[in-house]
Amino acid sequence: MTRAAAEEHEAQTEHEGRAHPSDRNYVVIALILAVLTALEVATYYVEEQLGGFLVPALMVMMVVKFAMVVMWFMHLRFDSNLFTRMFVSGLVLAIGVYVVALTTFQFFG
Amino acid sequence: MSVSEQVVPATTGAATSEDAPQAHDATAAPHHTSTGLSNEKLGMWLFLGSECLLFGGLISAFLLYRSKDVEDMVGPAVDELYDIPFTSVSSFVLLMSSLTMVLALSAIQRADHRRARTWLLTTAMLGASFVAGQVYEFTAFVREGLGYTTNLQSSAFYTLTGFHGVHVTLGILMLVSLFVMSLRGRLTADRAETVEIVGLYWHFVDVVWIIIFTLIYLVPA
Repeated sequence: MTRAAAEEHEAQTEHEGRAHPSDRNYVVIALILAVLTALEVATYYVEEQLGGFLVPALMVMMVVKFAMVVMWFMHLRFDSNLFTRMFVSGLVLAIGVYVVALTTFQFFG
Repeated sequence: MSVSEQVVPATTGAATSEDAPQAHDATAAPHHTSTGLSNEKLGMWLFLGSECLLFGGLISAFLLYRSKDVEDMVGPAVDELYDIPFTSVSSFVLLMSSLTMVLALSAIQRADHRRARTWLLTTAMLGASFVAGQVYEFTAFVREGLGYTTNLQSSAFYTLTGFHGVHVTLGILMLVSLFVMSLRGRLTADRAETVEIVGLYWHFVDVVWIIIFTLIYLVPA
């Protein structure tokens, strides 16, 4: 590969993605996920005390865990935006379609 | 850094001059694509986007049947039979398998083949533990009188978790294939993208379980 092509490729690489996390970062992410899982399980034992906060708390923790795995473990945060658009499109479509379907069947009351 | 993003110097003698024709060899610049990205990786992300629709449908069906199938229901409700502590451990095992998967990718990118094999095998074993846990859970439910056709809830539950289990099993087969490839010296650092793509599939399977565990097991009916 020529020097000019190498420099162009390096610029493109920098534009497309940032440096990936280190192994230590991955372990820290995993520990955070483990703590969130423990908190989720803990809600099972204090269901009555949480009352109306139970479902929102579980939803928030679920979304945070989902986002952390997708962004860090799946490298979506560090890769090209095109991958993000591909995945998020499918996700948004799925959520939209099935919220409409559940609403049709009066799932949300 | 995936194969398509690596800067690989050409090794043929004629490649030092800009005007000289470039001879093709295995270490030449990666295959050009119109997006500048790996087609294989893009294909996997597209596939995972479509998998959202599959699991979204299965999860929605279960939530619907769980809320509706109450009055004349035959057999026990699924919620009555959950063993949350046991399923929590299964969930933790699958979560940790995501960590070992990403460590395997990191190792292969550094050309640390021994460590890559260790982490790949660990990931496969953690996945197998999860599937074993699911099989145990299914047999426990059947013993309690909740079969596949007992009621709408049970059908939806077994279909959803069964599909997920099949996905995990296919992931395990892919991981074992990578392990064997590495043993045979066919999984070199420049093929790290193969591990990355299998890793994307594996992490998605974990992410689906994060959703299933919360919506199906923890959120009360």
